[in-house]
Amino acid sequence: MLQIPCPYCGCRDESDFSFGGESHVSRPLPDSSDAEWSDYLFNRENPKGIHYERWLHSYGCGRWFNLARDTVTHQIHAAYKMGEPKPDLADVGND
Amino acid sequence: MARTQTNRLDQGGRIDRNTPLSFEFNGKVLQGYQGDTIASALLANGISTINRSFKYHRPRGVISAGVEEAGALLTVSDNDGEAIVVRSTIRALTDGSQVKSQNCFPGINFDLGRIIDFTHKLWPAGFYNKTFKWPNWHWYETSIRRMAGLGKLPETADNNKYFHHNLHCDVLIVGAGPAGLAAALSAAASDARILIVEQDHEIGGGLLRHPATIDGLDSDTWIDRTRATLKNSSNVTIMTSSTVSGYYDHNVLTITDRSSNGIKRFWKVRCGEVVLATGAIEQPLVFMNNDRPGIMLAGAAMEYVNRYAVRPRDSMVVATNNDSAYTVAFTLHDKGVKIPAIVDVRRKVADNLAHQAMQRGITILSGWVITDTMGGKGLVKVRMAALAPDNKSVENATTEIKCQGIAMSGGFNPTAHLYSQAGGKLVYDPTLACFLPGNCQQRVMVAGGANGKFMLSDAVAEGAQLGARAATRAGYECVPVAVLTPATDSYKLEAMRITPAGDSSRQWVDWLHDVTVADIELAARENFVSVEHMKRYTTTGMSVDQGKTSNLNAITILADLTNSPIGKVGTTTFRPQFMPVSMGAIAGQRHGNLYSPARLLPAHDWHANHGAIFENYGAWKRPEYYATNGRNRETAIREEVLALRRSVGFFDGSPLGKIEVKGPDAGEFLNRIYVNNVLTLKRGRIRYGIMLNENGIIIDDGVFARLEDNLYLVSTTAAGADRISAWLEEWHQCEWPHLELIISPVTSQWAVITLAGPGSRELLQSVDSDIDFSVGALPHMALTTGTILGIEARIQRVSFTGEMSFEISIPALHSQTLIEHFFEIGGDNIEPIGIEALLVLRTEKGYMHAGTDTDGTSNALDAGFDGIVSKKQADFVGKRSLCRAEDQRKDRRQFVGIEPLDKNENLRAGAHFITSEAKTRRSEGMVTSACFSPTLRQTIGLGLLERGFERKGETVTIFDEGRTFKARVVNPVFYDTTGEKMNG
Repeated sequence: MLQIPCPYCGCRDESDFSFGGESHVSRPLPDSSDAEWSDYLFNRENPKGIHYERWLHSYGCGRWFNLARDTVTHQIHAAYKMGEPKPDLADVGND
Repeated sequence: MARTQTNRLDQGGRIDRNTPLSFEFNGKVLQGYQGDTIASALLANGISTINRSFKYHRPRGVISAGVEEAGALLTVSDNDGEAIVVRSTIRALTDGSQVKSQNCFPGINFDLGRIIDFTHKLWPAGFYNKTFKWPNWHWYETSIRRMAGLGKLPETADNNKYFHHNLHCDVLIVGAGPAGLAAALSAAASDARILIVEQDHEIGGGLLRHPATIDGLDSDTWIDRTRATLKNSSNVTIMTSSTVSGYYDHNVLTITDRSSNGIKRFWKVRCGEVVLATGAIEQPLVFMNNDRPGIMLAGAAMEYVNRYAVRPRDSMVVATNNDSAYTVAFTLHDKGVKIPAIVDVRRKVADNLAHQAMQRGITILSGWVITDTMGGKGLVKVRMAALAPDNKSVENATTEIKCQGIAMSGGFNPTAHLYSQAGGKLVYDPTLACFLPGNCQQRVMVAGGANGKFMLSDAVAEGAQLGARAATRAGYECVPVAVLTPATDSYKLEAMRITPAGDSSRQWVDWLHDVTVADIELAARENFVSVEHMKRYTTTGMSVDQGKTSNLNAITILADLTNSPIGKVGTTTFRPQFMPVSMGAIAGQRHGNLYSPARLLPAHDWHANHGAIFENYGAWKRPEYYATNGRNRETAIREEVLALRRSVGFFDGSPLGKIEVKGPDAGEFLNRIYVNNVLTLKRGRIRYGIMLNENGIIIDDGVFARLEDNLYLVSTTAAGADRISAWLEEWHQCEWPHLELIISPVTSQWAVITLAGPGSRELLQSVDSDIDFSVGALPHMALTTGTILGIEARIQRVSFTGEMSFEISIPALHSQTLIEHFFEIGGDNIEPIGIEALLVLRTEKGYMHAGTDTDGTSNALDAGFDGIVSKKQADFVGKRSLCRAEDQRKDRRQFVGIEPLDKNENLRAGAHFITSEAKTRRSEGMVTSACFSPTLRQTIGLGLLERGFERKGETVTIFDEGRTFKARVVNPVFYDTTGEKMNG
C-alpha cells in the first residue's frame, strides 16, 4: 500500500490511483518503420532501480502525473506533472 | 466421582479460581477455570494425547503455549462460532466450549489413518510426484485428500460482524512484552502518538511465563504499574487481543482485532516508525520420535506452571543446549513435577546451575543427547546416550528413563516474520545459532528477543532505547526511560539441536506437515539443494504455522547435507499473514447487498411495475425481458421482437455511454481517436464509428453526433462508458495536452428512451412537444433538440434494431414521467422490450456488437471497415498498425453472417467453424452471436471466419461440443437489406 504524493492533491493511499506503465514513451510518427512501431507498442524498460512511470489519480482529481519510483525499495524519489521532463536524481544516494 | 483437573496446582497462576468453567473434549465433559486456554485446561485434566498428525496420523499433544503451536490444533465450537485449526494454546476457554480432535477416524484413541505411519517407508516426501505415471493418480486422489487435512470445514454461518478501520500513528510498537513495554514507556514521554499492539489478551509477554524482578518490583506489579502509566498517557493507545498480521509498503500494517465479542475489526495502520518487539520462539530438538504427546518446548512447560497453575506432566526429562532450560527444570521441580534428569548437550555446565540442580536432587547428564522415545500413544520412556567425542555420533551405551514428558530447549529464534515481510533481510548469527534482523529499507527497528536479546535485562534496555529513537525519528523530542533490571539470566547456547544418530525417517522437523530429517535428506539427494526447492519439495514450513518451530532446523540440516554455511543457505521469504486471518475480516461489510454497488435505471420502478425481469449487465440492473401476463422468457422475447417490428417498441437505453467533448479542438481530437472521419460531420448530423487501440484492435463502437460547431456527443457501449471516458482523458492529458477541449462524461445525467418501429413517428407526433419529427426535418442519422412535455430533450435518429428509431435523451430525473406519457398516448400500440429482444433485433440487422462479435484479435479491417480506413488521410490511434502485413492478410477471421441449412438448428455462440479435412481438422473461427429470428422464422447467427469476406455463399461445417452440422456463409444483414425501414 504505497503512499503516493499526487502533485495536485498531496499524499494519498495507493488505492486512490491507477498505474499507467512507463512514462516518457514517445509516439512515433505515422511513417515509422515496423520495428520502431513495434518497439513503441510492446517494449518497455524494466529496471531494477528507479522507474519513471505514469499514474492516474482515478479516485481523486482525475489527473495523470509521473513518479520516479525505485522498483526494489518502492521508495518514491519524485512526483512531477505530466509533460514535465524527468527530474535530475543524480544526488539520490542509497538512503 | 473421579477427581478432575488432576494436574492443577493448588495455588498460583493467573487464573480465576472463583469462575470454574465446563467444557467438552471429544464429547467428554471436563472442568477448567476462567483464564485458562483450551490447551492449559486439557493439560490440567491430565490429557496428553490431543490430536492426530496430518500425514501419518500419529498421536500428538501440546507442544507450546503460544502462537507457534504445531500439535494441538483443534476444532472448537464456542461463543465465537465454529472454527477449525484453532491454536488451543492461545484460544481462551469459555463455558460450554466444545472441543474436538482433528484428522482422526473413528477417534483420537484409535485412528485407522495410522496405517500410513506403519507403512511410512512407502510415503516419503513428494511420493505423489513420482507416481504420476502409474498407477493413475486419480484413483487414489480422493482418498488422499480425505485422509490428509487439518479438520472439516464448518457448515454453520459465521455470526461475527466484521468491520474495517483506518488509523494513523507516529510510532507503532508490535508486542507488549518487556521490550515493547519499555519502548512504550520511553516513547510515551514525548508528544508522539503511540500505538502498542499485543496479540495476547493481556500485556506482559515473556514476564507472564518467567516472572522476574524489573525496576525493583516483581513482574506482576511492574506490569500493573506500566499499564496504568500508559493508560494515563493521552497519546498512547494499547490494543490487546490484536495481532499485527501483515507488514506492507510504506509502513502500512494490518491488525486483526479480536477484542470485542462477536465483532472482529480489521485495522489498516499507516505509521511513521515501527518498533518490532515480537520476541523469539523457542526451537525444538530433533531426535527419534520427538513428536510424542508429552514432548513440549521447555518455556511452554514453565508457562503452564507459572501462568496457568498446571503441571503439564507428572514427570519430565529436560533436554537442552543452553542455560534457559535450567530455570524451567527448577521451576517445574519446585512445583511438584518430577525431573529425573537434565540432558544437556554441552559438556560443561555452569557451576551455579550444577549446584542448584544438585540441591534439588536433579541429575545432569552433560554431553548427552536424547536418542529415542517410546510410548504407544503418549510418552512413556526416553532413551539417551553420550555424544561421541567428534559430536558426529553417539556412544553405544544408552540409558532409559521412564517419564511422561520432555521439556526441550533448542534455544531461541527471533520472531522476525513482520521484518521479513517489510523487505528486511535476515542474517545468520553462528553464536546464537539463529537468524537476526539485518537491514531493511522501511522505517522499522527491532528490539528485544526479536533482535537476539534473549536475556531480560538486554531486552528491556534495548526496548527503552529504541522506543525513544522511534519517537525522535518521527519528529518528537524524546529521552529513553531507565528501566533497571538485574542481569540474572545466562544463555551460553551450544549450536547443536539435532541428535546425530538414529533412523532419520523417525526424526521430526515439521510437526504440522509431518516432515522428517529423512525427507530433507531425500530432497538433497535429488539435488533440491536450494532452500526454496527444499521447502517446496518436502513442504517443510509450508503449513499453517509458516515453520515457526521448523524452519531453522530444516535450514540447519540442509546446510549440513550440502556442506554449506547456514547463513549461505538462508531463509525463504515470509509472507502475510503472520497468523491466519479469516475471509470475513478481509471482506468486512462488503458482502451480500454491499458486495458491489448496483446501478439502477432512472425509471427502475416503472420497469419493475411492468413485469421486468431484471438481470445484471455489469453493475446495471436492466430488464432482460418483460413477463407480461405471466409469459415465459422465450415467449416474451419473441413477442417483444414482433411488437417492435410491427408497431412501436420502447427500450430503456440509459446506461449507454454518453460523453460530451467540447472546445475549439474537439473535432480535431475526436478525428485522431475514431477510425472514421469526424471533421466532415456537419452540425446536426450523426455518424457510426469505431475506436481502435494502438495495436489496431477494436475497443469500442458507437455513434458520435455534432450538437454544435464545438460540441460533440460521443456514444459508447454501456460497458465501455467509464473505460472510454478514461481513454479519451488519457490521450488528451498525456499525448495532446495542447488541444483545447473538455471531456465531460454525462452517462448518468441523461436517461435515454428509445422508441423504434413503424409506428414510432406517429406516436411522437401525438405527444406534447415542440419538435418536428417529420422525415424531412429529422431524417435517419440526424439529431435535433427541443422539449417534450416542457422537458428539454435531445433526439437522435439512430437505429440499433433496423426499424425507424428515435433515441430520446432527457434529464434522468424526468425519465419515468416521459415513459408514462408515451404509454398513455400509445396505449396498446407500444410495448416495452428487454435486452434479449434487442439483441435478436440487432442480430437480424447484422449489426456488430463490439466485444461480442469482435475479440482481442479483431482489427478494423476484419470488421469490414477497410473502405473507411483507406479514405481517411489523417492519423488516428491504431492507424499505423493497420498498415502492417499481418493486419492486411486476407485469411484473417472476418465478420460474416451464418444461416444454418436446418432452419431450426440450435446454433450457439461459442461453436466453431471447422475445416472439412478430417485428419487436419482445425478451427477456422467462432460463432459469436446466434438466435432464432421470429421475424424471419429461422435460426441466424454472426461470426468471425477465416477469409470470411471471400466465402459468402459457401457451405461450411460448424462444430458444437461434439456435434457437427452445416451452414451457409452469408451477408450479416438478414433483415431489410436496403435499409428502407430504418431510413423512413
